[in-house]
Amino acid sequence: MEKKENKPKNMSILQLREGVKADFEIINKCLVIKLKEELDHHNALTIREQSDKLISGKNIKDIIFDFTGSDFMDSSGIGVIMGRYKKVIFTGGKVAVTGVNQGVDRIFRLSGLYKIIHKFDTIEEAVKEFNS
Amino acid sequence: MDYTNEMLLEIESQSRNEGFARMVVAGFVAQLDPTIEEIADIKTAVSEAVTNAIIHGYNNGQGKIKVFCKICNHEVYIEVRDSGVGIEDIEKAMEPLYTTRPELERSGMGFAFMEAFMDDLEVISKVGEGTIVKMKKVIH
Repeated sequence: MEKKENKPKNMSILQLREGVKADFEIINKCLVIKLKEELDHHNALTIREQSDKLISGKNIKDIIFDFTGSDFMDSSGIGVIMGRYKKVIFTGGKVAVTGVNQGVDRIFRLSGLYKIIHKFDTIEEAVKEFNS
Repeated sequence: MDYTNEMLLEIESQSRNEGFARMVVAGFVAQLDPTIEEIADIKTAVSEAVTNAIIHGYNNGQGKIKVFCKICNHEVYIEVRDSGVGIEDIEKAMEPLYTTRPELERSGMGFAFMEAFMDDLEVISKVGEGTIVKMKKVIH
């Protein structure tokens, strides 16, 4: 008989349900954060930690938040984006958002965040703009 | 005759329940055939209220949050209730950009969003007893 792997069951449930919140890619000096989950308070902490590790360790200048894989954001997301903005603005960096749906777009407009961050349809467009 | 329906959801004060709470309310409201925009508004408002209860009401500790939802004809009434620390100065708490927790990167936009996305917002709170956020929205 095959022996079952002996691991605490609750741990495996936690790991299962906590999927990858975002994929990260660095293009030139631009950090692209491809969100894969809703940007709320629950997911904010992980995304913030992972982003900051890369921002400080990889000499990042600009940041792109890509919402193609995320359809929801609330005021916690505003906090995450503002926080990262503050990290790169002093070194002349810029922050952009891409792939936002109507709902997320309204949050950005209402919060006035578009005064300091840029919106593009695609990551490619944002990267091109940052590199020009 | 009036059409009415209601539901009550009780959840632990855990951040992973934020997404659950807004999905449940959105699912319940779906019977009124709301637009995508109306659903997004309600999800945001519920998310803000539940997040407030977790972070501020219970200070990220243990507690229960009750989400009550009632439909009366085309109107949705939502109540988010916690038995946490309560709010000392409600007027101040509702000011846009005001936050007691800037170190947690709170934007201070929570109540502003609830106000903007819902038709009516009322906050009742007593220090040491808890907070009730009451919201209304007409689904067209």
